[in-house]
Amino acid sequence: MQPSGSHILNVVLFTPLVGALVILLIPRARAEIQRLVANAFGVLGVVVALPLIWRYRAGADAPRFQFVSDHSWIPLLGVRYTLGIDGLSLVLVLLTTVLGAVAMLSSWNAIREREKEFYMAMLVLQTGMLGVFLSLDFVLFYVFWEAMLVPMYFLIGLWGSERRISAAIKFFLYTLAGSVVMLLGILAVYHSRGTFDMRTILDAPFGADTLRAQKWLFWGFFVAFAVKVPMFPFHTWLPDAHTEAPTAASVLLAGVLLKMGTYGFMRISVPMFPNAANAYRGAMVVLSLIAIVYGALVCLMQKDMKRLIAYSSVSHMGLCTLGIFALTPLGLSGSVLQQLNHGLATGGLFLLAGILYERRHTRLISEFGGLATPMPNFAAIYMIVTLSSLGLPLLGGFVGEFTVLRGAFEARWQWAAWGLVGVILSAAYLLWLYQRVMLGEITNPANETLRDLSAREFATLVPLVALSFWIGVYPTPIFRAIDQPVHKIVEAVNPGYYSVAAGPVAPVPASAAAKAR
Amino acid sequence: MNWQLIFDQARNDFIFVFPEAMLVFFGLAILLTDFLLTKAQKSWNAYTALVGVLFSAASLFLIRTPAHDVATAFDGAIVIDPFFIFFGLIFLTAAAAVVLLSIGYMDAVEEQRGEYYALILFATAAMMLLACGNDLAVLFLALETMSISFYVLTGFLVRRRNSNEAALKYMLIGAFSSGVLAYGFSILYGLSGSTNLVKIELHIADRATQFAHADALSFLALATVAAGVFFKVAAVPFHQWAPDVYEGAPTTITAYISVASKAAAFALLLRLFLTVYWPVRLDWIAIFAMAAVLSMTLGTFAALTQTNIKRLLAYSSIAQVGYMLLGLVASVDKDGALNQRGLRATAFYLFAYAFFNLGAFAVVVALQKRGMIGDSIDDLRGLGRGCPVAAVLMLLFLLSLAGVPPTAGFVAKLLIFSALIGTGHPILALVGVAYIVPAVYYYFRVVATMWSGDGTEAHATPVIPAAQQFALGVLAVVTLVAGVFPEQFLRLANYGLQVASLR
Repeated sequence: MQPSGSHILNVVLFTPLVGALVILLIPRARAEIQRLVANAFGVLGVVVALPLIWRYRAGADAPRFQFVSDHSWIPLLGVRYTLGIDGLSLVLVLLTTVLGAVAMLSSWNAIREREKEFYMAMLVLQTGMLGVFLSLDFVLFYVFWEAMLVPMYFLIGLWGSERRISAAIKFFLYTLAGSVVMLLGILAVYHSRGTFDMRTILDAPFGADTLRAQKWLFWGFFVAFAVKVPMFPFHTWLPDAHTEAPTAASVLLAGVLLKMGTYGFMRISVPMFPNAANAYRGAMVVLSLIAIVYGALVCLMQKDMKRLIAYSSVSHMGLCTLGIFALTPLGLSGSVLQQLNHGLATGGLFLLAGILYERRHTRLISEFGGLATPMPNFAAIYMIVTLSSLGLPLLGGFVGEFTVLRGAFEARWQWAAWGLVGVILSAAYLLWLYQRVMLGEITNPANETLRDLSAREFATLVPLVALSFWIGVYPTPIFRAIDQPVHKIVEAVNPGYYSVAAGPVAPVPASAAAKAR
Repeated sequence: MNWQLIFDQARNDFIFVFPEAMLVFFGLAILLTDFLLTKAQKSWNAYTALVGVLFSAASLFLIRTPAHDVATAFDGAIVIDPFFIFFGLIFLTAAAAVVLLSIGYMDAVEEQRGEYYALILFATAAMMLLACGNDLAVLFLALETMSISFYVLTGFLVRRRNSNEAALKYMLIGAFSSGVLAYGFSILYGLSGSTNLVKIELHIADRATQFAHADALSFLALATVAAGVFFKVAAVPFHQWAPDVYEGAPTTITAYISVASKAAAFALLLRLFLTVYWPVRLDWIAIFAMAAVLSMTLGTFAALTQTNIKRLLAYSSIAQVGYMLLGLVASVDKDGALNQRGLRATAFYLFAYAFFNLGAFAVVVALQKRGMIGDSIDDLRGLGRGCPVAAVLMLLFLLSLAGVPPTAGFVAKLLIFSALIGTGHPILALVGVAYIVPAVYYYFRVVATMWSGDGTEAHATPVIPAAQQFALGVLAVVTLVAGVFPEQFLRLANYGLQVASLR
C-alpha cells in the first residue's frame, strides 16, 4: 500500500509531543517560560484540531474514516501506522484538546515544583490520549493505550496529595491488568483475520459462525475497557486515583481517560464482535445499571468533595455504557453526547474543587459552607456546572441523559426506569453538595475572606460552561457528525434494524432518524 | 604425509576462529603490558580491551555469511553461520558496554587491575566459541572456559566478603551443573559414537523413529543436558545460585553474567535443541513450557519482596528467562513443524534483553561511589531530582523489562505472545501476560523510590564518567529505537535464527 492521505491528524497528534520536547530544552530555572510554552502548546493543540470541524464530511455517503494517514511501520509483523477519524473519534479528539488546554491552564498556580517534569508529562499524556482516539491499527492503538499510563502515573504519583504513591500504582496496575488481556485479544484477532487494521474488521465483522471465538474476544477486550470506564465491579481504582491526583490530572482522568473505555466499546467490542455483543447485552446493561445506582448511592455518603465527584463519574459513565449496550441508535448517540457532557461537566467540577483546594487546602465538604457570599462568581459557575451534570434542560447533560434513556426505553422500559433512578439520585447528591458548600451561613471563619475567581480561573471555566450551553441548546451538529458511525455500528450489531425502521410500524426509530437530522 | 596440505588446511580454518583469536590475543597482551603500567595508568587496560573487542568485531564482520549459508572448519567442529554472527554481535556489544562501564566502576571500588579486563576478553572468546561450536568437545571446553572466567570475576572484589562467598557458591554449583551436562554429553557420545552434532542428530532421529518418542536413554541425555543448561541460564528449578552471585559480584560482572552468559547458554541450548534434539521436540517443549512457567512464577513473586536492587534484577532476570523459553516453546507448531515466528521472537528477545537489562545494571553501576556500597533500592532515593537523566534512563530500562511500550521489551513480548497464540498455546500466553502486572509492581517500587526524596541523598548526585555516559546512551537509544522502529532489528533476528542454516 502506498502512503496516503492528509497530514492533519499527524499534526494534531504530535503537536503536544513537540511541545514536550521544547520544554525539555528550556533550562530548569526558567519555570515561567516553561509554563508559558506549555500553555501555548495547549492552545495550539486546540487550534490545529479546529480544521477537523469544518473539513469533516458528515452524511451517509461520506467515507467512514477521514483524514486517513496510512504508512508502513513494521512490515514484518504486518503492523501499520494508520490514523483516521470518524464522527465518534472526532468528538472525543476535540474534547481531549479542549480539556488538555484547560487542564494546563488550571495548573498555573497549583503546580509550583518540578514544573518542567509536570508540563512534559501533561503534554506527553495529551499525545497518548489523542493517539488512542486516532489509531486505526490495533498495535498502534495498544501502544498509545499503554504508553499513556506512564505520564499519568507520574502526574498522580508526584504531584498528588497524601496517598498519591499508592493511588498511582493502583491506577497503573488496574489499567495494565486490563490492557494486557486486551493485548492477547488483539493477537487473537490478528491470528484469525490476518490483519491489525481496524477498518478491515469493521467492514467485515466476525460472523455468526464464529460466536465461540467472538465470546472469548469480547471478554478479552471487555476487561480492558471495563476497567477504564470503569464499570462495576472494576471501579475501585477510580476514587483513589481521582481523589489523590492533582486537579489537572483529575480533569483529564475524568474527562478523557474514562472515555477511552467507552470509545473501545463503540469502536471494537460492539461493531467487531456483534454476535457476542448481542449475547452479553443483558449482562452489560445490568452492570451499567448497578454502576448508575450504586455510584449514585455511594455519592450520598461521601465527605470528601473530590471523592464525591469521582463516584459521580462511576454513575454517569454507567449511563454511557447503558446507552451503548442498549444497541439502539438513540442509545449510542445519546451515549456519545453523555460522554461529551460528562467530560465537560465533571471536568468543570474537578476544576472548581481544585480552585477551592488551592484556597483552603482541604477537600472536606464539612469545612465549607456559605461560600456564595465571599465568592459569588464561583458560586454561579458552580451552579451551572452542577445543573449541567445533573441534566437540566438547556444544558448539555439533559440532551445526553434524555437520549440515552430514550434509547434504553426503546430496548426495554425497565432499563430506562432504573437509569432514571440514577438521574434522580444524581440531582439529589449534586444539589445537596451545592447546598452544603455554597449556601447558608458561613460557619467556618476561614471561609470569610476567600478570593473569588481570578481572570485565569474564569478562562479555564468559561469554555466548559459555554460548550455545555451550546450542546444543551443546539446539539444538532454533533448528532449529525455521529449519525453515520452510529448507523454503521447498529447495522453491524443489529442488521435488521433499519429495514424494519423504514416501515410504518416502528415509529420510534423513525423519529430517531428525524432527531439525528 | 603431505605437510603442505595440512598446513594450508589449518591456515584456512584459522580464519574462522579469528574473532576468538583476537580476543585471546588482546587478553594476553593486557596481562603482559599490565606490569608496565603505574597505578594511575591501570585504566589503560580497558582501552586495550576495547581495541580487542573492536578487532574481533571487525573480523566477525569479515567472515560474516549471507543468510542460508554455512561454512565449517576444523573438520566440522566449528560452523560459521548467521546464528554465530548474531550471537557474536550480542557478546561483543555486551563486552564493549561492560568494559566501558568498568573503567569508572573499578576505580570506585579500588580494584583497577589488568587481569579483570583480560578475563572479560577470555570469557567473551569462550562465548563466541560456544556459539559456533558444533562438536560436544568444543562446546564443553568453551562452556568451562567461560564459567571459570566468571568464577574469578565474581570474586574479584577480594576485600568484600559477599563477593568471595558468591564466587565460591558460583563455582561449586557451576561445577556441579557442568558435571551434569558432561554426563548428558557422555550419553550422547555413547549413543552415537561421535561428538559431532550432525552425526549425533542422525542417531537420535533414528532412535526416535523406532520408539515414537525419545526412548529412555535419549531422554536421559536430553534431561541431563537440559538441566545443565538450565543451571547456566538460571531457569527454575536450577536458579538458586543467581540471586547470591548477582548480589555479590561486582555490578559490572553481574550485568555481564545476566546478559552475555545467559545469551551464551541460550546459544548452546538453541544449538543443541534445534539440531540434536529436534527429532524429539515434542518431549522437550513440554519440559521447556514447565520450566518457563515455573521461572516466571518464582522470579516474579520472589522479586516482589527484594530490597536490594541487584537481587531484584536477579529475580527479574529469572522471570525473563521464562519468557525466552516460551519463545522456544512457540517455535514448534501444533503439527510439529518448525515455526519461524517463535524462533524470531526468541532471538529478538535475547537481543533486546541484552540492551535493556544491561542498561538497568548500568545505571546501578553509574551510581557507585568510592567507599559506598549503594545497591539497595533505597540508595536510589532522590535520583529523580539529583540526576533526572539517570532516573529517566532507569525508568526506560525498567519499562522495557516490564514490557510497556514504546520500548524494545514491549516488542519482544509482543512477538512471544503472538507466536504462542499462533502455535496454539493461549494458556501459556495468558500466564505470560498475567505476570506483567506484578512485574510492573516491583519495577515501579524502584521508580517510586527514585522520585521520592529531595535529591540531597548520598547517591542522588552521581558523577558519571564519560565512558559510562556513552555506554548508557547507546543502550538507551537501542532500547528505544528497537521499540519504536523494530523493523531492522527484526530482520537481524530473522537472519540470526533461521532454520535453514541450523538444520
